[in-house]
Amino acid sequence: MKKIIKYVIIDILRNRIVLAYTLFLLLISMSVFNLEDNSAKGLLSLLNIILIIVPLVSLLFSAIYVYNSAEFMELLVSQPLKRKTIWLSLYTGLAISMGIAFFVGAGLPILLYAATATGLTMLLMGILLSVIFVAIAMLAAVMTRDKAKGIGVSILLWLYFSLLFDGIILFILFQFADYPLENFMVGVSAFNPIDISRIMILLQLDESALMGYTGAVFKQVFGTTPGLMATFLVLFIWVSMPVWISARKFNRKDL
Amino acid sequence: MIIATNVNKQFGKLKALDNVSARCNKGECIALIGPNGSGKTTLIKCILGMVVCDSGFITFNDKNILHDWTYRSQIGYMPQIGRYPDNMTIGQVLSMMKDIRKQNKGLDEELIESFGLQQMFDKRMRTLSGGTRQKVSACLAFMFNPDVLILDEPTAGLDPVSTETLKEKINSEKQKGKLIMITSHILSELDELVTQVIFMQDGKICFHQPIETLKEQTGEQKLSKAIARVMGKQQL
Repeated sequence: MKKIIKYVIIDILRNRIVLAYTLFLLLISMSVFNLEDNSAKGLLSLLNIILIIVPLVSLLFSAIYVYNSAEFMELLVSQPLKRKTIWLSLYTGLAISMGIAFFVGAGLPILLYAATATGLTMLLMGILLSVIFVAIAMLAAVMTRDKAKGIGVSILLWLYFSLLFDGIILFILFQFADYPLENFMVGVSAFNPIDISRIMILLQLDESALMGYTGAVFKQVFGTTPGLMATFLVLFIWVSMPVWISARKFNRKDL
Repeated sequence: MIIATNVNKQFGKLKALDNVSARCNKGECIALIGPNGSGKTTLIKCILGMVVCDSGFITFNDKNILHDWTYRSQIGYMPQIGRYPDNMTIGQVLSMMKDIRKQNKGLDEELIESFGLQQMFDKRMRTLSGGTRQKVSACLAFMFNPDVLILDEPTAGLDPVSTETLKEKINSEKQKGKLIMITSHILSELDELVTQVIFMQDGKICFHQPIETLKEQTGEQKLSKAIARVMGKQQL
């Protein structure tokens, strides 16, 4: 398994897009921190950029990479290797690359300029988001045989997670404004990893005071140790479920 | 060595393999022939586990291949169209395969020499011509000294000199008592090699018999003519 991971990472490094992504993140985070003299403000600006860009790049790059390494996988499948090993190695290689890219690009500036609890939460959430969206992309890629369709599905998934989902939530909130929806909101946020990350980071920033009563409920749930553990459990499920389902699909796929 | 029992495979509406049963033993050299789209490559891919069959099972040395993946270390496979990672060079692909197979001794690098591939070791795979790719596939198939060789149209796209080299190599491996399966449309070049013929049509195996029996039955000396006669009979 280690050897295949090694070859996947070498291949990813060779195509330089991940390096460009790292530099891009580095550029953005450095400039954000240098523009604001208050590092908390810098974090807030960085938050919005990260919540948009990290899922998009992880999703698209991974989906395209999986399609492009079809030859490589075909070659490996005819060798004495377990299919599950091949698939998990591909996932691990992609997840490590995207995780390290985020750590170097955004993590190092955060550690340099804002090594607070908020900064550390943001670093952790960024890495988790990278890993989650690599998993989702691999699931999308294994479900659709057609390359254009698979990449299209990835883009739609990204749109759903970062725009549509919030729109639907807002719609529900306005429609049912007369009902107490606070607990419902907490439950619904579990269906979107981006939302969970945003809430986690915002709570650290004390901006939750601006969110009114819902913010207080969020603080009550996510601020406690059991709540925190539950959140990480949900995020863990967001990684493991797509990986598990896609590995099962790949096991029965005709190459 | 390889036994397929009632293997079925369907791609959408197309029945690629229809109740295929076959038995292949050590020391045989089997020609898998049939018209385009008759299921030859699908059968080969089923044996390799690249295509998962819908029903039926295939055993390799009495072990079901569905749950056992180590058996593939005893197979050398040369695909019809060799597809390799574009960014890698020939040398990198070869050394990666050695690394993955964890086998460093007993390597058979005779073909690399006779094809003169060393001079091209740092050419990238995407720049290679079809024939050179085919040479790389052949080298990979023979490199690990496998007990079974599965060659899917090995000579397609090779120049006459390389074809001869490859045929000699196949012949010498056959002398060592290995099981060899070849598909090809150029029947004349199979004449000197094969001992058994499997003829497939529309996903079914029409017959599987030693080449001598086939020649006796049809009264022809050449494989191509014998096959033509059999196909002609079926159409009548």
